[in-house]
Amino acid sequence: MDFLVGAFKPPCNVSISFVDTKTRKQVPLKKDNGQTIMVPLFQSQENIIGEVLIEPTQGKKFEHNGVKIELLGQIELYFDRGNFYDFTSLVRELDVPGELFERKTYQFEFSTVEMPHESYNGINVRLRYILKVTIGRNYISNIVECQDFVVRNFTPPPSINNSIKMEVGIEDCLHIEFEYGKSKYHLKDVIIGKIYFLLVRIKIKNMELEIRRRESTGSGPNTYVETETLAKFELMDGAPVRGESIPVRLFLSPYELTPTYRNINNKFSVKYYLNLVFVDEEDRRCLGAGS
Amino acid sequence: MISDGVEDEEKWLTAGIAGLQQNAFYMHRALDSNNLRDALKYSAQMLSELRTSRLSPHKYYELYMRSFDELRKLEMFFKEEARRGCSIIDLYELVQHAGNILPRLYLLCTVGSVYIKSKEAPAKDVLKDLVEMCRGIQHPVRGLFLRSYLSQVSRDKLPDIGSEYEGDADTVIDAVEFVLQNFTEMNKLWVRMQHQGPAREKEKREKERSELRDLVGKNLHVLSQIEGVDLDMYKDTVLPRVLEQVVNCKDELAQHYLMDCIIQVFPDEYHLQTLDVLLSACPQLQPSVDIKTVLSQLMERLSNYAASSAEVLPEFLQVEAFSKLSNAIGKVIEAHVDMPTIGVVTLYSSLLTFTLHVHPDRLDYADLVLGACVKKLSGKGKIEDSKATKQIVALLSAPLEKYNDIVTALKLSNYPRVMEYLDTETNKVMATVIIQSIMKNKTCIETEDKVEALFELVKGLIKDLEGNHQDEIDEDDFKEEQNSFARLIQMLYNEDPEEMFKIICTVRKHILTGGPKRLPFTIPSLIFSCLKLVRQLQGQDENPFGNETSTTPKKIFQLLNQTIEALSSVPAPELSLRLYLQCAEAANDCDLEPVAYEFFTQAYILYEEEISDSKAQVTAIHLIIGTLQRMHVFGVENRDTLTHKATGYSAKLLKKSDQCRAVYACSHLFWVDDQENMKDGERVLLCLKRALRIANAAQQMANAARGNTGSVTLFVEILNKYLYFFEKGNPQITVSTIQGLIELITTEMQSDTTTPDPAADAFFASTLRYIQFQKQKGGAISEKYEPIKV
Repeated sequence: MDFLVGAFKPPCNVSISFVDTKTRKQVPLKKDNGQTIMVPLFQSQENIIGEVLIEPTQGKKFEHNGVKIELLGQIELYFDRGNFYDFTSLVRELDVPGELFERKTYQFEFSTVEMPHESYNGINVRLRYILKVTIGRNYISNIVECQDFVVRNFTPPPSINNSIKMEVGIEDCLHIEFEYGKSKYHLKDVIIGKIYFLLVRIKIKNMELEIRRRESTGSGPNTYVETETLAKFELMDGAPVRGESIPVRLFLSPYELTPTYRNINNKFSVKYYLNLVFVDEEDRRCLGAGS
Repeated sequence: MISDGVEDEEKWLTAGIAGLQQNAFYMHRALDSNNLRDALKYSAQMLSELRTSRLSPHKYYELYMRSFDELRKLEMFFKEEARRGCSIIDLYELVQHAGNILPRLYLLCTVGSVYIKSKEAPAKDVLKDLVEMCRGIQHPVRGLFLRSYLSQVSRDKLPDIGSEYEGDADTVIDAVEFVLQNFTEMNKLWVRMQHQGPAREKEKREKERSELRDLVGKNLHVLSQIEGVDLDMYKDTVLPRVLEQVVNCKDELAQHYLMDCIIQVFPDEYHLQTLDVLLSACPQLQPSVDIKTVLSQLMERLSNYAASSAEVLPEFLQVEAFSKLSNAIGKVIEAHVDMPTIGVVTLYSSLLTFTLHVHPDRLDYADLVLGACVKKLSGKGKIEDSKATKQIVALLSAPLEKYNDIVTALKLSNYPRVMEYLDTETNKVMATVIIQSIMKNKTCIETEDKVEALFELVKGLIKDLEGNHQDEIDEDDFKEEQNSFARLIQMLYNEDPEEMFKIICTVRKHILTGGPKRLPFTIPSLIFSCLKLVRQLQGQDENPFGNETSTTPKKIFQLLNQTIEALSSVPAPELSLRLYLQCAEAANDCDLEPVAYEFFTQAYILYEEEISDSKAQVTAIHLIIGTLQRMHVFGVENRDTLTHKATGYSAKLLKKSDQCRAVYACSHLFWVDDQENMKDGERVLLCLKRALRIANAAQQMANAARGNTGSVTLFVEILNKYLYFFEKGNPQITVSTIQGLIELITTEMQSDTTTPDPAADAFFASTLRYIQFQKQKGGAISEKYEPIKV
């Protein structure tokens, strides 16, 4: 009986840990099954050092064709599910083929890893980093254990960050001029601006500022574009008159934003837009501005 | 349909309150467990109830007040959080994450209040940020309430002078700036309200707007409470900014209310020093604004201020308050061409009150005001509007009340010119007011020209003015006004006979134009006024300097004669007769026999020719007898003629009883107690006997006509006369005559044909008791009475 039970169970437990687990910052990551787990955070050029613990179950020995650990940076397009595109792939052999009798730990180290892209979890695309331990076996499937981690990179603030000022409108209905303090914001930034009403001929009920994420995947004719509204922030209640100016102050920190990604590995781009939405008594009209 | 609306509203309010309470409950729970995140979440949800557009301001206010209470608790929590070490700056950011703007701003204001208190940032920066962020609410009702909340929570945190929030960076200027900005924005929202929504609900919206006005006005109140707003700042910053807003909003309701507010909330002293600024705004207001009330309020306040203490009066002079106000009113009236008369008059009335309080010594100012008023009224004809006339009455009454002296008012040359614009009725009312003022203050009008001026004012009472319809006048009212005018004549008095005579002539000239209806009221008063003068002269030596023009009683009597004659046109013979007799008596006292005789003659002629009513005749004859009895100026011949006539008249009266009584009264004409040469016992007896005969005849007539002899009253009366003359020592009246008369009466009383008359019995009994009493009294009288047996 024991043998039978053992046949269906993996013959060993594999776990991956980092040396600096205690000190390293943990960030939440949403898994496929909807659960959120905490995973360590790295940035490019960091050393990723840790150990892999393999513990055969019930003290039984088992054979293997070698143990390796890979560091993978993958882009996964959902319309092309199952196909991962690895833009980064590093391998460390941990053990030569042989037998395992008892628990054994393997140290590993990837030093100054180039991780040019940030982790991203979008609607149609996912970019992730994993450490993957593979214990090769004959005849039967390999034992694989993955550990996700997140990469965030910092870029210096742009030297040129002009304010945006634009006059837009619907002819003879609504003319506004808006002004934002900057054209580029960091993730914890505050959007500060002002909206001037130059002409108001429609009955406005309120005005909202929307943050939209535009995610385009694929290339050429196979481009998919998905737009998602991340935040709706009411800026004004009631109908203004001509000459009125409405202040804008939106703290970005409560929202789950990522930097703008331009054409990551020719696979996808992510852009954010600030959209001004006017709601009048009948329908909606939109006016937009990117960032 | 409308009731449905109300019901629906009620329903919405209930729903709103329920939602609010529910979220407040969760909020409290979060507060109790120090759960900031939940507290913010539920407070934002709670405040979301205020986002409704369905409630009228009144109902919305209820919801607001409930939220307000809850926010107080939240504020306490924030304070504690801050004390526990939670960064207030983080809190300030955290509440701004709320997605909906209205809850976000309420929370922001609440935290902002704690932020200022913490002094982690200069108060002015926080205030500025708050007032700026509130721009996000452009919905009038919600915006007004939000800003009112801001005003409320910031009130005690303004960096005022002496406040703990005042510092290097925070000055009172920032406080003022903040309130002014909030005020401006609120006013804009308030004004905008009327343009939103369908036109048919305009009236309803106007009503709702007036319900909200105090929210706006509150800001001005806050401004006035700021210690640091001294005169200079008020003059340089506050007032110009507020007025700019008032003028530019171009809204009738707002302009009226706010002007009123400015006047009410700021100190009088400030108004006085900024009069020209304040006043210059007035002509710029919308034409429909009720500017007169505004200005009146201002002048009323300034008047009261002036009245409050004499020390402030120089300030008024210094700023030339009068001329400024006067100019302003002129400009306002010019700017509002179609201003109704009432507006014009109200303005001038207020200005006049102001002048009287501030410059009681400057009568020329008062006259100037009246003059200006006349100018504006000219060309409008008589004023029809009853409210306007009421205002004119108030305008004209003001100087009377102030000076309590018509003489001062008479110096106002424009006074009568204003009165001309009153309709006849009101003119009379005004005249009565003037007279009452004179009466109340017992003012004496001492010169002829003043009398002229006064009569010009009250001419509505003196004569019929054009367009006066007799039939419309109420009899009682007429009597009352004429009586009061008659009283007025008595108030015209000067100790100097010359001047007094002039006054009398003037009065006479005027009252003779009054027409038959008025003369019976006015002439007696004038006559007695003359007689008063006569009596005054009587004591003095006649014409001491031989001055031809000087007033003599003779001259006056001539005038009197002519005056009474005027009554004949009425005609009022009885009254004239009385007046003639009065004059005769006065002439008697002046020893002017021919004059007295003339008066009597006039009286007799009247009696013969005019008085035909028998009752009137009886009264008249008794008056004649009474007067004649007191005359001592007549010589024998004249007296005989007059007494003879009087006796003759007496005997010709219609009723026997009247005849009898008149005849025994005549007996007195022959017996004047203190004049030896007028004691004619024989003729006295003759009269009494004649009276007895008439009494007898009366009884017989009664017997023939009705079968009983009637009462014995006449006999008892005659008995009393007998006793009177007996006591006075008339030798013709003897004990036996008296005895005979007593017996006669006793017999008559016992006779079957006599009607029992308890009054006559009692009269007789008391007469007999009198005789008994005299008998027992002792002395000469008793001796005289002794022989009479009762």
